[in-house]
Amino acid sequence: MALEKITQVTGRGVYVPGDDIDTDRIIPARFMKCVTFDGLGEFAFADARAAAAAEGTVHPLDDPRFVGASVLLSGSNFGCGSSREHAPQALYRFGIRAVLAESFAEIFFGNSTTLGMPCVVMRPEDLRALAGIIASDPAALLTIDLLESKVSIADMDFPAILPDHAKEALVTGRWDAIADLLEGVDAVRDRAAQLPYMAA
Amino acid sequence: MSKTLLDKVWEAHTVRTLPNGSTQLLIGTHLIHEVTSPQAFGMLRDLGLKVLFPSRTFATVDHIVPTDERDEPFSDSLADAMIKALRENCAQSGIKFFDLPSGQQGIVHIVGPEQGITQPGTTIACGDSHTSTHGAFGAIAFGIGTSQVRDVLATQTMAIRKPKVRRINVDGSLAPGVYSKDVILHIIRKLGVNGGLGFAYEYGGSTFDAFTQEERMTVCNMSIEGGARVGYVNPDETTFAYLKGRPYAPKGAQWEAAVARWKATASDPGAAYDEVISYKASEIAPTVTWGINPGQAIFIDEKVPRLSELPDKDRATAEEALVHMQLKAGEPIKGTKVDVAFLGSCTNGRLSDLTEVAKHIRGHKVRRGVKAIVVPGSQGVAALAERMGLAAIFQEAGFEWRGAGCSMCLGMNPDKLVGDQLCASSSNRNFKGRQGSPTGRTVLMSPLMVAAAAVTGEISDAREIFHVA
Repeated sequence: MALEKITQVTGRGVYVPGDDIDTDRIIPARFMKCVTFDGLGEFAFADARAAAAAEGTVHPLDDPRFVGASVLLSGSNFGCGSSREHAPQALYRFGIRAVLAESFAEIFFGNSTTLGMPCVVMRPEDLRALAGIIASDPAALLTIDLLESKVSIADMDFPAILPDHAKEALVTGRWDAIADLLEGVDAVRDRAAQLPYMAA
Repeated sequence: MSKTLLDKVWEAHTVRTLPNGSTQLLIGTHLIHEVTSPQAFGMLRDLGLKVLFPSRTFATVDHIVPTDERDEPFSDSLADAMIKALRENCAQSGIKFFDLPSGQQGIVHIVGPEQGITQPGTTIACGDSHTSTHGAFGAIAFGIGTSQVRDVLATQTMAIRKPKVRRINVDGSLAPGVYSKDVILHIIRKLGVNGGLGFAYEYGGSTFDAFTQEERMTVCNMSIEGGARVGYVNPDETTFAYLKGRPYAPKGAQWEAAVARWKATASDPGAAYDEVISYKASEIAPTVTWGINPGQAIFIDEKVPRLSELPDKDRATAEEALVHMQLKAGEPIKGTKVDVAFLGSCTNGRLSDLTEVAKHIRGHKVRRGVKAIVVPGSQGVAALAERMGLAAIFQEAGFEWRGAGCSMCLGMNPDKLVGDQLCASSSNRNFKGRQGSPTGRTVLMSPLMVAAAAVTGEISDAREIFHVA
């Protein structure tokens, strides 16, 4: 399975502020009553967007200035809670191609990497600076360079870190592990045969 | 060299190192349910792959099942399609399915241990973040996403990095009316909801030694709420006694051999940990959440924190939490009006949870205007509780006695909060919208504290209401 080598993501940004944004927030459970991931995109942050509308404000994802943005910026521990892959699937289908945050919950991080959607760690002050630039110039293009570990916007560069294993997987086009795992199936059978509980 | 249980289990299950440096880790036991598996079976079909070890995957249905009206077809056609998809996928692949009519259906994290499928020294994965529950048996158990469910179905392995290990000691006796739920809420409050990122939590100390297997499950269950994907307790005689005689536990001569192996998987004395943290059981009181994540918790007799009392980084979330919860900073949480009381979930839906509450609620009645429901974690728990007369005690007190499932923990079935109802809940997450209403409010607490809220109609100290001493 040849996958695209993901070395750069370029797009406009949208900032969804907040720490500990959980996967129930990203995709409320009632939208998981489905047997495929198709159609989840429109429900990304559904309740938060509806709540904003009800208060007479606008959620960043609905703000006309940020329509079409493909890089999501947020706070720390993004994607905590439920293991639901529906969350990164919803973001991806909404049009998001990379997430920049102070830190990520592990299961969300792994699920996103497997979709080819990099989750890149940045310092909080740099995230705030980026958010400021986006707010004043929503058309500004961000470029995430995974090889160079930086995010560029206008004439500025910010450090942006992807853990080595995820970087390696993305830039070599092996971000979906299934092909590598299948190559090891003979070794899997050998290993399983050595474990009494699997042989039983 | 001294090793942790995690080291030993990792070594025994490592197939190879993948090109990106991750481990291809053998997953000995795979548990699936209706919400996160259908897409994985679809991916398998698209790739022309089959299930590699069908005998090592076990299925049940829990998230979407109604707890009142159990006959199929379900009135919710989407839920009905999900149970049928799971049934068909299991039949086609030869996977054991603890289906609704089996008498063995229930929440996946309650069914696994109850059947003796969950065993020490094993690796377990399930498309559900509360898979950490199984760590109570000295298993290394991971919550995974749907693509990884596909990976495990197709290869019985997944790609993963080895976590660091933080040893968390709790020593001493818990005071009456303080439970394992309070222990884990306290740990999360202290270490934060992201404190466990990159770590597995190994729980130990004399408090854990004295815990029953079910109490250990409650703690391990919520490891993920502290950011730790894996949490475990070293297996001991309590673990072995729990497992003995269960349907999938080893039998006869194999039992002795298994116990010997299981004992050897426990962390060695002197094993090196990346971090060690210790708490005293005596410092823990009944704990309730006031906010929108499980780390936003206080003791029942404390006041909702003022923003000025919190570290800078926690203030924005706290402010959002106070607005959502309609709580006032600086005011006691005790006395807050409760609309719904939910007793159940993979955290606290086991027999011992129901037994403990039933012991105290005789002679009490659910307050008028409060909707109180008991949802046993499995059909097995329900049957035992009915036989022991617990169901009758709950019904007599005014609780609704329901069928087994996840129910109001996440509101994927008809059990949901309405509007901004406030729910005293024995579940594990108080995220905004978690219980099925975007404006619904959740206060997490132990089962007995839920019962106290049910009978008083407000958040109460169960020790006072039930004269626990």
